[in-house]
Amino acid sequence: MPEFRETTLSNGLRIAAEIDDRGYSAAYGYFVRAGARDEVDCEAGLSHFLEHMMFKGTARRSATDVNRELDELGGQSNAYTSEEQTVYYATVLPKFQDRIVDLLTDMLSPTLDEDEFATERQVILEEIAKYEDQPPFGAFERAMEVHFGPRGLGRRVLGTAESIRTMEASIMRDYFNRRYRPENIVLAASGNIDFDGLVAQVEQLTQSWAERPTTPPPATDPSDLVPVGISLETRIAIPDAQQAYFVGITPGPSSTSTDRYAARVLGSIMGDEGGSRLFWELIDSGRAEVATLWPHEFIDAGAWFTYMVCAPEDANSNRRLMEEVIQRTVASGIKPEELQQTISKATAGSIMQSERPSNRLFGIGSRWLTCQEYLSTDETLDCLRGITVEDVEQAAKKYLTTSGTDIIAAAETDSAVT
Amino acid sequence: MEPVLNTTPAAVPIECHTLPNGLTILVQPMPWLRTAALSLNLHAGVHVEPEHLGGLSGLVCEMIQRGAGKYSSRDLVAVQDNLGIDRNSGVSTALVSFGAAMPSESLQAAMEIYAEIVRNPHLPQNQLDDAKMMAVQELRAMEDEPTHRVMRRLRELHYGKDLGRSIYGTETGINEITQDNIRDFYQTNYHAGGSILSIAGKVETQQILDWAQAAFGDWKTGEVHALASPNGIAKYEHFESSSSQTHIGFAFNSIPYGHPDYFKMRAGIGVLSDGMSSRLFDRVREQRGLCYTVTASCHSLKNGGGVFGYAGTTPERAQETLDVTLHEIEHLIEDIELSELERWKVRIESGLIMEQESSASRTSSLASDFYQIGRPITTDELETTIESLTLDDVRHYWSANPPSDYRIVTLGPNALTIPNSSESTAV
Repeated sequence: MPEFRETTLSNGLRIAAEIDDRGYSAAYGYFVRAGARDEVDCEAGLSHFLEHMMFKGTARRSATDVNRELDELGGQSNAYTSEEQTVYYATVLPKFQDRIVDLLTDMLSPTLDEDEFATERQVILEEIAKYEDQPPFGAFERAMEVHFGPRGLGRRVLGTAESIRTMEASIMRDYFNRRYRPENIVLAASGNIDFDGLVAQVEQLTQSWAERPTTPPPATDPSDLVPVGISLETRIAIPDAQQAYFVGITPGPSSTSTDRYAARVLGSIMGDEGGSRLFWELIDSGRAEVATLWPHEFIDAGAWFTYMVCAPEDANSNRRLMEEVIQRTVASGIKPEELQQTISKATAGSIMQSERPSNRLFGIGSRWLTCQEYLSTDETLDCLRGITVEDVEQAAKKYLTTSGTDIIAAAETDSAVT
Repeated sequence: MEPVLNTTPAAVPIECHTLPNGLTILVQPMPWLRTAALSLNLHAGVHVEPEHLGGLSGLVCEMIQRGAGKYSSRDLVAVQDNLGIDRNSGVSTALVSFGAAMPSESLQAAMEIYAEIVRNPHLPQNQLDDAKMMAVQELRAMEDEPTHRVMRRLRELHYGKDLGRSIYGTETGINEITQDNIRDFYQTNYHAGGSILSIAGKVETQQILDWAQAAFGDWKTGEVHALASPNGIAKYEHFESSSSQTHIGFAFNSIPYGHPDYFKMRAGIGVLSDGMSSRLFDRVREQRGLCYTVTASCHSLKNGGGVFGYAGTTPERAQETLDVTLHEIEHLIEDIELSELERWKVRIESGLIMEQESSASRTSSLASDFYQIGRPITTDELETTIESLTLDDVRHYWSANPPSDYRIVTLGPNALTIPNSSESTAV
């Protein structure tokens, strides 16, 4: 069985690890409490931009050195930014622990060089343009903006082309010093880890992190103005789109809600690909390409997404069908065998996931960062197995009866889509 | 750099056994895992579709899973979910493939279920229209993905009309398919002849062979048709679109996986595009900021291969992106360094070691190696091949086989200028 160990360093940085000496690999990740919700208007997109800049050089390494060394260690490494956190991670062979930890730790003290900043700005603008061309054409971001408001949880992770074009490196430095403080950061590890070696090395490497200058909090945003580059229209016109894309958003459980497991099971019974209620009604019959729903947990709030993709002419009838499936579930509940099937599937899924340390890393790191809590695979499975039909039915009544925001992305000519 | 050899687990033998009816069973025990996975591959891919029925092979793959043996369509899903089987299926140019990963206790039942699916499907006529609509939905969704449109067309140009057919078919083709077409295709192409069943994970070899014999031993055999020859041509095509980015796809001829020089070629593409210090990522994205995505990768059919690449960039920088990307490809070996080759080796070797953590990943490698070269390859053998590559091997291959005859497809507001292009078309 894997062993869980954790500690807090003298500078406040926390380390959490699930150790399994039998692993062929080891995964490491810095989880930083810096996401889109922590930004103000003039910082929109900064958490993500900063994520890119972490690969652009430190006092000890040039940008080329960083990328070259990551490749020399042969593993898979990357980073991502969400509304609530930024994560830098790598999976390598266990013998490379010292080198990858030295590199990842060093990367978290970036130079933020002005020339690199200017070049990377172009890459971010390309990333924004890339997503503009991809289905569902920003409909999820728009749903979050309208539902939560365009700030806080509703702020776009990538920012907008406007906010990125006007971004300055000095604002990034202040943001970095405000968010990348040891008490805001967790180093998580999973797999074949030398925990004592890890703690000793990171204690020594991060001594200076406590000395990062403090910066005054930025001025609060004018709540009566919509940030530059943001629209709150619920209809997104995509001239050439063949399909119509619907995203619905209503409240859901937060990552600390006691009913979050029941909500996940409900989402699976209703929306799983290949055998859920919405699948049989809309996908298996060829009515829609996608028809699903799921809860998404944030630290102190939650969202419940519905997503449907189909031909524009079928959109209204499909949305009615979807609503009927939802209402039937709320009114008549679920069958015990549906619950059993979902739990069996989730159990097998967890066992398969847990074989790769890299799959375990994200749950461990995020949970420790936000809740200072650890759940082993078996504990998570126990929570799932404890869910009853009544729990799921209560979740349906609680979460599937509220009205929310609907976003439609489709060709302008499809006026029939309402 | 530290050597990474001698870090793999003791070499695990691979059992390779072909039944009289032509089904080959490959088994690799991975006793340290809790899971097992299977991959079943039949010669019922896109290439045996009649020309006017594009999409037929995919539709048959869908229809045979809508009820088989004692199971209805819904029963199949329920029984597989309850066994914890994570599954996928799909067609490629040559094959139809079914993959399943699960806790190892479920393996015997899974083998029996897949035998029912491929041997005793109901092919319910009253579900054909639903399945056809499903296929059309998928096809329309792809039309909204500019990258997919570019790469699909590029593949047709690269391999030619027959070999380069899309796995999604065409809307006309799908609409024309009848129940008779489904049945005929199934009866002709679903058989044990030349088929491959690979299994890896927490399994015992003899037990697997016994189960496979019981499930597939008396399955009928049949003929395997050779793939059409690649006959693509160098060409440039542009799709006009008001997209935010110009999407650039490029391809050139290469050798397939089974070719003796394959890894000499593959190492060059690795230096070009594998990892964050690779040339395309470093010189097109990191140094110039021209795009977010730029990649090149190798693709193999049994009788041909290609290098396919993609870059997405805003229209005003698209020409520069194409020029720089092609320049990097063409000048690859001029200053290639040993450290670049060594980085690529570590990456591949680490991947091979980490593959020991996943039965599903190992299973698909077993099936793919066997399909491509007709025998399994052990991790040790592959490591030795990779480790023995020298910089001169890579240089010699690429100087003897320089990239040429580019097929290029772009989608965006404006067409680009293609160096030395003989023929170009606006679509």
